[in-house]
Amino acid sequence: MKRVVITGAGTINSLGHSVPDTLEAMREGRCGISALEFRDVERLAIQIGGQVRGFEAEGRFNRQQMTLYDRFTQFTLTAAKEAIDQSGIEFHGDIAARSGVVLGTAGGGVSTWDDNYRSVYEDGKNRVHPFVVPKLMNNAAASHVSMEHNLKGPSFTVSTACASSNHAMALAFQMVRSGAAPAMLTGGSESMLCFGGVKAWEGLRVMSKDACRPFSANRNGMVQGEGAGVFVFEEYEHARARGADILCEIVGFAMSSDASDIVMPSKQGAARAMSGALADARLSADSVGYINAHGTGTAANDKTECAAVAGVFGPHADELMISSTKSMHGHLIGGTGAVELLACIMALRDGVIAPTIGYEEPDPECALDVVPNEAREAKVDVALSNAFAFGGLNAVIALKRI
Amino acid sequence: MSISDRVIAIIAEQAVLEPSDVTPESTLEDLGIDSLGLVESIFAIEEEFDISIPFNANEPSASDFDISNVAAIITGIQKLVSEKV
Repeated sequence: MKRVVITGAGTINSLGHSVPDTLEAMREGRCGISALEFRDVERLAIQIGGQVRGFEAEGRFNRQQMTLYDRFTQFTLTAAKEAIDQSGIEFHGDIAARSGVVLGTAGGGVSTWDDNYRSVYEDGKNRVHPFVVPKLMNNAAASHVSMEHNLKGPSFTVSTACASSNHAMALAFQMVRSGAAPAMLTGGSESMLCFGGVKAWEGLRVMSKDACRPFSANRNGMVQGEGAGVFVFEEYEHARARGADILCEIVGFAMSSDASDIVMPSKQGAARAMSGALADARLSADSVGYINAHGTGTAANDKTECAAVAGVFGPHADELMISSTKSMHGHLIGGTGAVELLACIMALRDGVIAPTIGYEEPDPECALDVVPNEAREAKVDVALSNAFAFGGLNAVIALKRI
Repeated sequence: MSISDRVIAIIAEQAVLEPSDVTPESTLEDLGIDSLGLVESIFAIEEEFDISIPFNANEPSASDFDISNVAAIITGIQKLVSEKV
């Protein structure tokens, strides 16, 4: 088996349009959640979100590209470029032929669906743009990354709701570890902050109208975000041979299915994914210093996740740090695990633990060190990133300092 | 049909029971309605009466809308319907 390292990272989200800007915001505990701005927002009961501001797609992409790039693809391409630029990896010849793109998204081109349904149903038009289908398809982003950067190996899109990115990154990790690919572009993207996207979520009545406060006793629901995170996963020797700057090592993963309920989380399913990732990485539970929680800020997730952590880590659960950066960037649904992986990299590489902001009242059912409100300096050797999706599909990734 | 009968009909349908089996004292738990069933019932009631019920599944007890039993739900809906006019 090969060792797998991360040599490039890119992102765009409500905290920043790049990795340095995002990490600075996380260090400062800034909140990217604010009043949503888009057509018909006044008809929504939920009017806040972690929206990407000041992103002018028109300047970045030409007219022909704009007809093909939904906002989730625009985010993905922006993040992918940053990751590849940082990595310095070049895809040509055999490397290009064997390297691919595996990305996660839950909804794909949601705003393209929304705009075109509006056009035919509300505006009564009988004709839509010829590229509606290639623009909205869930794999559009992965395909455009492959075209833009000449990645000709295994490429596809994974859709497992809120765990999409973690499932995608776990698969990319497997491909590099097995030797099937020397490098993979991976992560995920989501752009559901449009009228139809938020209206659908509203129906479940699990959204907060004012803030995302994970683990806090007065938490009252999740807040949606948008954006992308993309990484270069590369075989260790390949990265070393070309003198790449290595951000951290990926050492294990596990996936599990609750096989229980379509929306309610399961302590057992979450615990099996965390302990499975440790077993895959051949790490003991007490080596883990930081967990980037799924931490949605719903009543159900946070207490279930804390119980699962307590079960897996025993007394060490009180020693480790666990935080939810969703409090700052919101829940990016299918893209969330990718942006949250940045907090793990920051913990391992910079020794800075991103906080759980908006934390106001301790909850006895979430009695762990959730790094409330302020970032903390700490040396961390191993970090886990949790994602537990609707549908009971869980994916946890284990990372190590290098 | 009175507001009360219409609400009971909706709750009975959700619980897969006869309306006669749903009493004012029944709690949703008694009727076997879980959190997802509750969210569906609230949606059906909102549609039936064209009202908006302030309910957040994360803090069911924090909103003004009392769901402790069928009678409380009916009272809450009667209030919302009267406020609508």
